[in-house]
Amino acid sequence: MDMFNDVLSWILLTLGGLAVLIGGIGALRMPDLYTRMHAASVTDSLGAILVIFGIMLQAGLSLATIKLAAILLFLLLTSPTSSNALASAALLAGTRPLDDADPDEREDAS
Amino acid sequence: MTDSAPRAPRPLLRAAVLTAFLVAAWLLWSGLYKPLLLGLGVFSCALTVYLLQRMGYFSSSAFPFRYSPRLLGFWGWLGKEIVLSSIEVTRHVLAPKVEVSPRTVRLDVADLNTVDQALLGNSITLTPGTLTLDVHEGRILVHALTKEGADALKEGEMQRRVRALRSR
Repeated sequence: MDMFNDVLSWILLTLGGLAVLIGGIGALRMPDLYTRMHAASVTDSLGAILVIFGIMLQAGLSLATIKLAAILLFLLLTSPTSSNALASAALLAGTRPLDDADPDEREDAS
Repeated sequence: MTDSAPRAPRPLLRAAVLTAFLVAAWLLWSGLYKPLLLGLGVFSCALTVYLLQRMGYFSSSAFPFRYSPRLLGFWGWLGKEIVLSSIEVTRHVLAPKVEVSPRTVRLDVADLNTVDQALLGNSITLTPGTLTLDVHEGRILVHALTKEGADALKEGEMQRRVRALRSR
């Protein structure tokens, strides 16, 4: 059982690390601010979830696990808030998002 | 928030229950009973309750009781969506040539309570590939990485699920 927990926890931690890495690569490769934010949110959401679940398995059934669950909850509540702040600040400052839609079915961002 | 939510009965009782919950959480989680930490705990609890009171939390029933268990179900579904759309975004990130079709769409959410609008906006942002740009007068402005992402959002499953949280 311990062995199983350890293996599962390492799988989760490794996948979480990969998600963080992919978010970083995406932030470099994407063409504009908003698409970069999409890539970076892989780090924010999936990366955080996998890493924290991985640590929870290491901590076992203890108070630490409950604290980790609370940390995850707070992270998942605050990270979209900061993303929204960044996105709407960029929009207000006049950074237009790239738009691939046909001009006649475009829904303008202004 | 107070505009659409009905007035809640017994605001004092609600405040008292929340205070008890906060105090218990502080005591359990710190596990240290030094005067400094207890003092900080009293301060934090009092500040939290004061801020919530100023927000009108106790006098409006923005969160009916049936909300909480349903929220857990919604989180499970949202977790699944986060995994699926992360895989989708990863595919675009690691593709030899980055081929995205970014676009902006509007969602009409005027029928949702403002708390639910915030929940929906945050859920959209939390899902990789879609990003809430603005919530204004019952409309959410969303930026999507791909046409598929935008179409899935307009199809409206997330909106339906958020609306179902509050329905009787």
